[in-house]
Amino acid sequence: MVRDIFKLASFRYNMKNTLEARHIVKRYGDFTALNDVNIAVPKGSVYGLLGPNGAGKTSLIRIINQITMPDGGEILLNGEPLEPKHISQIGYMPEERGLYKSMKVGEQCIYLAMLKGLSKSEAKAKLEYWFDRLGMQGWWNKKLQELSKGMAQKVQFIVTVMHEPDLLIFDEPFSGFDPVNANLIKDEILQLRDQGATIIFSTHRMESVEEMCDHIALINKSNVVLSGKLNEVKQQFRNREYAVSLITKDNAQTLQAIPDFYKAEDIELSGLDNTLDFKIRLPEDITIAQSLSDLTSLGELTHFSEIIPSVNDIFIKTVKQDG
Amino acid sequence: MDKLWLIIKREYLNKVRNKTFIIMTFVSPMIFVGVALLVGFLTSLNNDTTRKIAILDDTSIYAPLFEDSERTDYIIIENNNLQAAIDASKAADYYGLIHISRQNNQLDEVTLYSDDSPSLGFINEIEDKISKKATEDQLVARGINLETIKDSKITTDLKLQSYTGVQTSKANGWIKMAFGGGAGYLLMMFIIIYGNMVMRSVIEEKTNRIIEIIISSVKPIYLMIGKITGTSLAGITQFVIWVILGGILFTVASTFLGPEAVQSPGNDMAMSQLENMDKMQLIINDIMQLPLLKLVICFFIYFIGGYFLYAAIYTAIGAAVDNETDTQQFMLPVILPLILSIYVGFFSVMDNPHGTVAVIFSYIPLTSPIVMLMRIPFGDIAYWEIGLSMLLLYVSIFGVAWFAAKIYRVGILMYGKKTNWKELYKWLKY
Repeated sequence: MVRDIFKLASFRYNMKNTLEARHIVKRYGDFTALNDVNIAVPKGSVYGLLGPNGAGKTSLIRIINQITMPDGGEILLNGEPLEPKHISQIGYMPEERGLYKSMKVGEQCIYLAMLKGLSKSEAKAKLEYWFDRLGMQGWWNKKLQELSKGMAQKVQFIVTVMHEPDLLIFDEPFSGFDPVNANLIKDEILQLRDQGATIIFSTHRMESVEEMCDHIALINKSNVVLSGKLNEVKQQFRNREYAVSLITKDNAQTLQAIPDFYKAEDIELSGLDNTLDFKIRLPEDITIAQSLSDLTSLGELTHFSEIIPSVNDIFIKTVKQDG
Repeated sequence: MDKLWLIIKREYLNKVRNKTFIIMTFVSPMIFVGVALLVGFLTSLNNDTTRKIAILDDTSIYAPLFEDSERTDYIIIENNNLQAAIDASKAADYYGLIHISRQNNQLDEVTLYSDDSPSLGFINEIEDKISKKATEDQLVARGINLETIKDSKITTDLKLQSYTGVQTSKANGWIKMAFGGGAGYLLMMFIIIYGNMVMRSVIEEKTNRIIEIIISSVKPIYLMIGKITGTSLAGITQFVIWVILGGILFTVASTFLGPEAVQSPGNDMAMSQLENMDKMQLIINDIMQLPLLKLVICFFIYFIGGYFLYAAIYTAIGAAVDNETDTQQFMLPVILPLILSIYVGFFSVMDNPHGTVAVIFSYIPLTSPIVMLMRIPFGDIAYWEIGLSMLLLYVSIFGVAWFAAKIYRVGILMYGKKTNWKELYKWLKY
């Protein structure tokens, strides 16, 4: 009976999700790397997989790639339980990049594309397109060991995307790239998304998450501690904090006059015109209008804006809370 | 299946195109033939120098026996003083001085003065010459006609024949040893060289980190099988090239230097037993009598089985470590059975191919390829024995490969951990 309900639940699959991980458990001996992990990656999204080192991100990615098998739970790709045939629908760029050093670039790319199920002529055509696009003409017969690190990264990127998979998984995609090439790759990734690919993105670089991701999941100590749309997560972490700037005659007096319940913090005096910058936190029963009138009574209000928590803040706060 | 084929092809081409492979393949036979030629040349050089030996014969009877030969010149010294003779031959830089002393008009002692250590053959030659003459003189002195003795002499020549009436030559043992031992030794070399090659290639993929990309496309077991198969094909290619090249070079060398120059010492001993062409015929007969077809077929079956068994172990070791230096602790258990089989082959099997030790080791999968191969030329090994040994070998390949694949699967994704036996055991349970 219970099982039937469970089965029914798993049939109620949301067609909008490219990937769903349900109740994934992975153990290595006595160590539990993933403990009942659930994520849902919507189609066409850039999904940020965040977490401190050793949280279990790589374990999850390896399970999605069928490199290892989970001890429990299931993965659905476009609604179907993951099977070996899905290999051609997934592209994976591991954090630790690697290619055969003594093999020629072109030969190597064709080999890896054919392992993904492309025919030789298909692989050749795709490669010519990408080599052209990323300015890599003339690299075909070079051995990988002759290339610079950034150049090798480009080859790695092509190897990941050339079979046009539905789901692309990037583990720290920008490490090793100079800013110009990092931007180039970022634009390529976003373009692939616009063409219909779904992207999972594992990184420590919070600014790139902020810039690119529309959904995130935070994994800490083998559990998903936070997940959802980036906007909604941020919404959840809003706690009525505002940045305020006031021009006053007497700063000390003004500070004392601010009601205690605002919990003014991070007070700074800036500029020649006696501007006082600080942070306040509005209690539940105080409206914005109310606080504005409170503040204008103390001096000339030049700045009042909500502090939206950054992904970085959310990350640190959640991980700390989780202990 | 397509992917497995792709992997095999890549591994094969990668090995065959490798510079070291090309150099090894083409240079090794040249080195081998070069060394053989050098040894032949040096030996002939050695035989070219003629030794000069002085003879001081107090009896004057024996000196004429020493006739100059190709390699030795004898100089008879007419001088009664031993010390003077020693000094003279030393001054003339002779190889040595033979002094035959006399007492009561009879042979007393024969002494060879020399700074070198003369060979046993040379000593025997001198002893034989003098003893024969002395004995004959004694016989004549006692009134016996030498012709009578010569006429009544009968020599026997032991003929070897099996119960079924097949004649064999006295060199038969050597021929069997050469065929059995050669096959066994070849197999061991192949296992060690190509096993190491597989292991290095696993370590390379692991340290390159390309492994994650590959096994997100194919199952680790396919990569493992593909790697082992591709490498074995490269090995077979190398051996085929060696056999062809070696054959050509050897033929060329033999034509130029004559057969003596490139003969191995083993052959020399066998050859020395030959006195006429009849025996040569017997040797060829011997070789034809060997179960050659059986040997060749068995060689390939054991070759493939033995190689796959050990290659699986090598793969697991490669997956378990981060770099080649860490492999040391795991190498001994791999090398040990190989060396053991060679020893068992050369001692127990040669001694008694049906002895308990030989039989047991020809069933144990880790040693059976080499030991059974060495047993085959020596005795009539029943087909059921060979069949059983092969069955055990191939069944154990699946067993070992299963364990190896488990270790491989876990090992290739483990980094920075020093692996020990306990850790490996834990991986089996993952």
